[in-house]
This record gives sequence, structure tokens and C-alpha cells, in this order.
Amino acid sequence: MDNGMENNNRSTKLLIGLAVIILVLVGRLFYVQIINESYKTDADNNSMAREMIYPPRGVIYDRNGKLLVGNKICYEILVTPKEVREFDTLALAEALDTTADFVRERMEYYHTYRSKIGWQTLTFLKMVPSETYLRFAEEQFLFPGFKGQVRSLREYPFNAGGNLLGYISEVSPEYLVDHPDYKAGDYYGRTGLEAAREADLRGSKGWHIYQRDSRGRQKNSYHDGDYDVEAVPGKDITTTIDAYLQQYGQQLMKGKKGSVVAIEPSTGEILAMVSSPGIDVDVLADFGRHYGTLSKDKNKPLYNRAVSASYPPGSVFKLVNGLIGLEDGVLEPWMQYPCYNGYVYTSSGRKLGCHTHRSPLNLEDAVMMSCNGYFCYVFKSILENPAYHSTEEAYVHWREMVMSFGFGRKLGSDFPSELSGNIPSADFYNRYYRKGHWRFPTIVSLSIGQGEILTTPLQIANLAAIMANRGYYYIPHVVKASEGVEIDPVYYQKQYTLVDTLQFPKVVKGMWKAVNALGEGGTANVAYVPGLDICGKTGTAQNPHGKDNSVFICFAPVDNPRIAVAAYIENAGFGASWACPIASLLVEKYLRGEISEGRRDMERRVMTTRLIH
Amino acid sequence: MQERSLDRGLRKTVDWRLIVVYLALILFGWMNIYAAVQSGEPSSIFDLGCNSGKQALWIAGALVLAALLLFVINPYFWDSISNSAYLVVLALLVLLVLVIFMSNNVKGSHSWFELGPVKFQPAELSKITTSLVLASVMSRPGFKMSNWKHFLLAALIVLIPMLVIVAESETGSALVYAGFIFVLYREGLSGWLLALFGMAVLLFVLTIKTHWWVSLIVIAVVSLLYFIHFLRRTSSLRLRRRVVRNGLAAAVASVALVFAADVIFHRVLKDYQRERIEVVLGMKEDLKGVGYNVHQSLIAIGSGGMFGKGYLKGTQTTFGFVPEQSTDFIFCTVGEEWGFVGTLGVIVLYGLLIFWIVRDAEKARNAFARIYGYCIASCLFMHLFINIGMTLGLMPVIGIPLPFFSYGGSSLWAFTAMLFIFIALDRQEKKYF
Repeated sequence: MDNGMENNNRSTKLLIGLAVIILVLVGRLFYVQIINESYKTDADNNSMAREMIYPPRGVIYDRNGKLLVGNKICYEILVTPKEVREFDTLALAEALDTTADFVRERMEYYHTYRSKIGWQTLTFLKMVPSETYLRFAEEQFLFPGFKGQVRSLREYPFNAGGNLLGYISEVSPEYLVDHPDYKAGDYYGRTGLEAAREADLRGSKGWHIYQRDSRGRQKNSYHDGDYDVEAVPGKDITTTIDAYLQQYGQQLMKGKKGSVVAIEPSTGEILAMVSSPGIDVDVLADFGRHYGTLSKDKNKPLYNRAVSASYPPGSVFKLVNGLIGLEDGVLEPWMQYPCYNGYVYTSSGRKLGCHTHRSPLNLEDAVMMSCNGYFCYVFKSILENPAYHSTEEAYVHWREMVMSFGFGRKLGSDFPSELSGNIPSADFYNRYYRKGHWRFPTIVSLSIGQGEILTTPLQIANLAAIMANRGYYYIPHVVKASEGVEIDPVYYQKQYTLVDTLQFPKVVKGMWKAVNALGEGGTANVAYVPGLDICGKTGTAQNPHGKDNSVFICFAPVDNPRIAVAAYIENAGFGASWACPIASLLVEKYLRGEISEGRRDMERRVMTTRLIH
Repeated sequence: MQERSLDRGLRKTVDWRLIVVYLALILFGWMNIYAAVQSGEPSSIFDLGCNSGKQALWIAGALVLAALLLFVINPYFWDSISNSAYLVVLALLVLLVLVIFMSNNVKGSHSWFELGPVKFQPAELSKITTSLVLASVMSRPGFKMSNWKHFLLAALIVLIPMLVIVAESETGSALVYAGFIFVLYREGLSGWLLALFGMAVLLFVLTIKTHWWVSLIVIAVVSLLYFIHFLRRTSSLRLRRRVVRNGLAAAVASVALVFAADVIFHRVLKDYQRERIEVVLGMKEDLKGVGYNVHQSLIAIGSGGMFGKGYLKGTQTTFGFVPEQSTDFIFCTVGEEWGFVGTLGVIVLYGLLIFWIVRDAEKARNAFARIYGYCIASCLFMHLFINIGMTLGLMPVIGIPLPFFSYGGSSLWAFTAMLFIFIALDRQEKKYF
């Protein structure tokens, strides 16, 4: 019983404790809400007004400091419905360059929801140009409750890199759910560089707090601005893009479907990345209006083919197979194989065709003439290498070597929506043909970059850079480190392939001959520019939807290369017909600054021909 | 037949006062969540695109849950499963640990568990299981607080989930577990230990706010007063010896704590936690960083005055200047729009809820029901004190919800389950006795 008493006592003590704490809270509330005046505003409790200050978004420069994306000022007209007094609807509509109906409709809306809106300030009109705003500002005193707020819009002084730069738009309600640090009305980068570098470009918002007098007029800063927060401007970004080269690439690609990517081999910096058909920068500036038509366009101009489209690489892939053959010791540069219009790969006489050329050829000439038969022999020796117990084992090894060139996986560039392409796994063939039931003839088309292989234009441009560097690459990227903006150190690291660097010159010789050995049957003579020493490899990839795709990769000059280019043109026929001129013109323009006399006709032909309808 | 006549009806057995307060809190909370919606464009309170609409769904779910717990599930079921409780605890701990590794990061803490669109915090669930297990263990016949093995067991039941939650960097939720000390006190923990606990908190604050030697002087003075007071009152040698022994032990522990406080404050706590504490203790005037939130919260509450600005008429809270508007800082909306009258009303509701739970618990003849009642009263109290204390600048900014009031499904459901398990237990008491 004594225990019971004691417990009751304890219960009482705890309840007293509860009462004390509740009194402390209530006392504090009484102090904050009733006694202390510093938290009060004035009689009608509305004396504090906040003004959001939006930071200017970071601008984007090209590699030489040329402004690609700048900001221009525009205004938003804000309204605090509670403060609106009677005014002339027509005059406001005129001042703001809108219609009286619009104004009336908005005002009715505010009236309907007046209790919910309360003292909130809402956005009345967006994207008002400076000239219009200035006109409004003169008459602003006639419209109490309305005011302007500075926002910045994108401006594009130079027409280069539409798809690459990307666009910004106002945050959607769905976006806000996942990004609590954004508020309705904010802008964010949706695609391209704007999206990839959102964190740097964005900056952070600030605000001023004002006090108002009893008639709602702004007086002075609240607490001398102690509670104000400064807006922090976004950081400026320098891209690796060369604005003029990018623009030139876009001109060359006009009317064609596909993409061109140029990389500086010694750094992995992307000099130009063109996706065609693409979007011009004036579309970006007013994206909202164009979005509807662009998204319905059957040629998909919004889609960045350079990283988001994957195609069979075609004959440019022979370079990779040749290198792997050399590295595995199943191919020597002097080895010759016969080819009479193709390679017969089954006993029943099925043949993988080739064009007419002299026979037999050694490695150098096979690269120069892009002989299909030769590379079937090479791939056969890789897969039937006695060092491996089975085709599957040899294939797994081959695939690993191929992937070391950056194929079949994302390269890890700093650009959004990069695809990985596809180098089929052994498991894929095991499922498709049953384990042990596929051998070299089954997958013969891989010899020449056809079949299940898919690569992005960026990946084959990277192959060009690997050839240029004779065996390594830097991960291609579009942002340069600049003051306050760092890039991942991985972009400074050499990435070696699994093929020894000593093997590369043997293949590069063939690439040099393909362009420069005139009259010997090389496939890329079109790219020949005296003195530039361009090395290249053409490709013609089958496209199930119509004409073949035209492919060309090249780099120049042969020693200490400064540029590596890949051009991939859909449904354009032979590599030599379109991809080769386009890529070589780009190289010439970059290295020489202008196109030589003898090639002007070709330039004109490329620029004026439309291949898509 | 005999049985049935003893089985009294709903009206007499269910403590309807608790249910009325519960409903009042969730409905008023819901109204304020709607008021706190920050979007510029007005929408309906049921709009699923905003918090109030989702909360309507959570509330509907909570009511179903409440009905299930009250009418369908026999509350002693909880006692019986808690007897194989070690399994339950183990399972939950595994879950908690899993969370640390699996979930993505919400605001620097790792404690959200995601199953498709549903997110919940296992820490919320763990409050219920800890209460059940603690009540079950402590209500066993022969359990005595004075037996140090028993005390240790009870302490471990509380401390283990607490430590796991700290590991998840949800320090706020962990702090709630400190409230279980009131349960232990009610069940016989020495009042001295409770006092020492309070003393420890004071010393911690004193040490980081001033200097360790100030704390040492305080310890010396308090010890001296203690010895003078007790040694003069007792003449028995045995008792004197005990007084000296206990006093010295407490003094040594306090000195150790003073030095540990320094290490904990500067090494164990993370930067943002340290800053929050510094702001509350007034060591740092930080109007733009951490202190900004508290200052905005105080402006919102203070601007409400006596009667508030009126429902949906708040200016401070509807613009998103007060952070975590509908969750942790929901009390600001009450302060601004309903004034002192509103805030007082809310606090009185919570006070009554806790008071009635404690009284019902005291009346219970079954120890399990009593101890469980104290557990939930303590949890509610800690949440109330920490959350409202935070909005008033009395406590550091610790992200824990105001029970029944804040936006969020997992917290609402967890507190509903906690409360209704108790109401059901209480009902059983009244039904058969």
C-alpha cells in the first residue's frame, strides 16, 4: 500500500512537471505574441513586404571566350489583389501590351478566390520586354497593387549549338515534387548544357524585406536590411565548343539527317557537336511557343543524335577488328587474303559481298580499300584463335577488347542523355542461337561493323580520337574548367584501350593511304587536302529504313593531330559521298580557317543539297 | 450470459474524451496544412496535388486504422506478441539498419524508407514497438526497477533503438526516446537518477556555453551543499557512508560529463547540429543561416498577436519564408492565423490529452496498460515540447513532427496506432472490471 501511495505521488510529480513545461510554452507564446513588439508589424499586420531577387543565370562561353548564351532582362508583372484599388482596365491593358479581356478575366479570377489568395502576391503577366515595362513604370502609380519584378531570359548572340546548349523552362509541378529547393516560377535547365550544368548556372535567390506604411506604400528596409538575403549570381560556364566550327558544322549538315562530332584528341574536348536536323538558337529563346510543332516534327529536331542515337558503325569498325587481330597475334601487317567480290562463309556458298578491287591485299591496303573479305578473315582468326577453347570464350575476350574502345557502354561524358550503344554479350547469342550453336559464320557481319553492333556518333568520334592518339583517349566532354567551375578529374586521365599502342601505327598507315594515296583505289580520296595529311576511314552502314548510312571518321594532321571528326549521315549512301566531304571540310576549316580554292565547289554542293524531305 | 452483462457498452467503456481531442487535433491540423500551402495559385483543400489533399487521404486511412485497433484487434494481442518481443525488436532493428544503407538521402538524414510512391520512417514505427516491448517486459510479475539487472534490461530496450536512430542521423527522433525516462521513473527509478539526468543536461549546456571550469565550480558548490545538507541530517554511520559514496559517484560522473561534453560537442555532433544548438543558446547570432528559420518562425507567430490574422489570411506563412511549412513548422501557421487564442487552444488540447492518458493509465489495474499509457504520454510530451519549443526558439531546430497535426502519413498513422492501442487497452479495463 505504501508502494501505491508512493506511485501516486510520482504520478502527481510528473503531472506537475507537465504543467510547468506547458506553462513555460504558454508563457513564451504570451511573450512572443502579446508582449514583445519587435515581432509585431503594425496595426493591420501587413507591414512587411518581401521582394524576391532572382539571380542572373550564369552565361555560357565557347572555348575562345565568345559568348554563346547570355542574359537579357525582362520583367514579370506582379499583383497583390488585396492592394488593388479601382483602376482603368483599358489603360493597364494598353500599358502592358495586352488585351482588356485578359485583364478583366484575371481580376475576376482573383475576386473568385480572394479568400484563398489573401495577402499573397501573384504573377500577373510573364516575360514582359523592357520597352513595355518602361512604359508601364511611368504609369504605375495609376495601378496600385501592381509592380514589376526583374527576371532574366536567355539570349543567344551567335547561332551555334542549339541542341547542345539546351533550353530552360519554368519548373513544372512534377519537377517541384522531386526538387524541394525550387519554387513555383523558377526556371531550370531542361536539356543540354543548361541541364548538365544546372547546379553551377543557377545561382541562388535572395530577397529584400521592406516595411509598409498603413496605406501599403513601401517605406524603408526592415531592420536596416539585416534580414535581407543577397542573390548569388550563377557561375559562368566555358564550353570546349569552338563557336565558329560548330556553326560551320551546322551549315554543312543543313538538310541532312545525322550528326558530326569533332574532338580535340590531345584533351578529349569536344570542338563541335552537331545534330541535324536541329534547333536554331532563336527557337531556344522562345522555346515555349515552338515546343508543340518541334515535338511533332517527324525528323525529331529536339533529339540530340550525337549522343542519343545508336547506329551500326559499318566499315569504320574494321579498324577495331584489325587492331584486335594484331594484338592477339592472329594478324600481321604483311598477311594477305584473297577477296573476289566477297567472302564465302558457309559451305552452301552464302557470301558477304565486297566491291571490286585487286586481290589479294595486305592489312594496309585492306584498310585503304575497305575490303570486306579481308576483315572476315581477320574476325575468323580472332574467334577461332587456338588460345581459346571455344568460340564463346574467344568472343568474350573480343568483346572485352572492343569495350575498352568505349563501345557498348556510356563513355561517361558530362553531357546528359548519353546512350551506351550495344556490343551484344555472349549470353545474348546463347539465348538467341542456343549455347554452343553459334560460331564465326553465325555472326560474320560483326567483322565489318554490321549486325547487332550499335554505336553512337560520339563513340565513333572517340574512335577517331583513339586512332589519332595511337591508342588512348580522354573521355569526351563539353565543359572546360574555368574560374569557380571545376570538372571531374577523370577528364584529365588517359584511358588506354586493351590494344598495345605499338599496334596502332600499322593501321593508321592504311587510314593515311585511304585519303592521300590518289589513284590506288583508296575509298576516301574525296577528303584529300594537300598538306593537311588527313587520315580517315569510310563506312557504309546498312539502314533497314531505306538507303545506307554514310559514315566517315578522320583525324589530322597525321603527326600530333589537332582534330578528330566523325560524321554519320542517315540514308545518304556511300561513306565517300556525304560523310567524307562533310568531315574533311570541317577539318580543313578548323586547321586552315578557310576552304581551299579547289574544294569550294564541293562545299557549295554540300551546303545546298537537301537529303531529307 | 453472465459474461455479457458484465460487458459494458461502448459509451461507457471507451474514453471518448481522448477521441474528441484526437479528432479536434487532426482536423485543425489539416485546416492549417491547407493554409500553409505555398503555391501562388489557389486550389481546393482536397486537391491531391497539394499537401492538404494528400493529408485528407492519410486522415481517412488513419481513421480506418483507429477503428481496426479499437474494435477488431484485441489489445492484449499486443501484449502477447510482445512476449516474443525480442523477435519483433530484432526485425525492426534490421529494418532500421537496412534503411541506413538503402534509402536515398532526404535532407541529410537517411531514415526514409521508400516503397514505390510510399515513403515511411521506420523510426516512427519503432516508437510503438519500443513502447510495447517496454510495457510488456516491465509488467512481468517480479520485475523491479531497483534490481539493477531489470533496470539494465529496461534501459537497453530504450537505448538500442535510440542509438540506431542516431546512426541514421535522425538525432531529433532519438531525443524523443529520452522521454522514456519518465516511464522508468514512474515505475520506480530513483528520483535521484532523474534529477541527475536533468543535472547532466544543465551541465552540458553550461559547459558548451561558458567554459568547463564554470561547470566544475557549479559541481563543487552543488556537491558541497549536498554533503552539508545530508550529513547534518543523518547520524547513522551506515547512512552517512552511503550518502558520501553516492555523492562522490555523482560528482565524479558529473566531472567526467563536463569533459565529455566538450568532446561530444566538437567531435561527435555534426556541423549543422552544433550550429543549431549554438543558435538556441544565443552563442551565435545567425540571422541568415540556421537562425533565419527560427527568426522567421518567431515573426510568423509573433505577428499573429492575440486573435491572429484570420484563417487563410497569413502573410508570413503562405510565402514559403518559413521552412518546412506544413510539417515541422506547422505551428507557425496556427500562431499567425489564429493568434495567441489558437496556440493556447492547441497547447491546452495536447495538455488535456496527455493528462487524461496519464489518469487513465493510473486507474488501470493491468500493469501492461499502465506502463504503455505512460510510454505514449511521454512520447507525445517530448514531441510537443521539442516541436513547439523549436518554433519558439527554445529548442534547437530538430525536425520532428507535431503529433496528429503535421503533414505526413507515417507520423499520423504511427501516432494514431499508438493512441488507439491505448484506448483499446483502456476499454478492455473498463469492460471486464
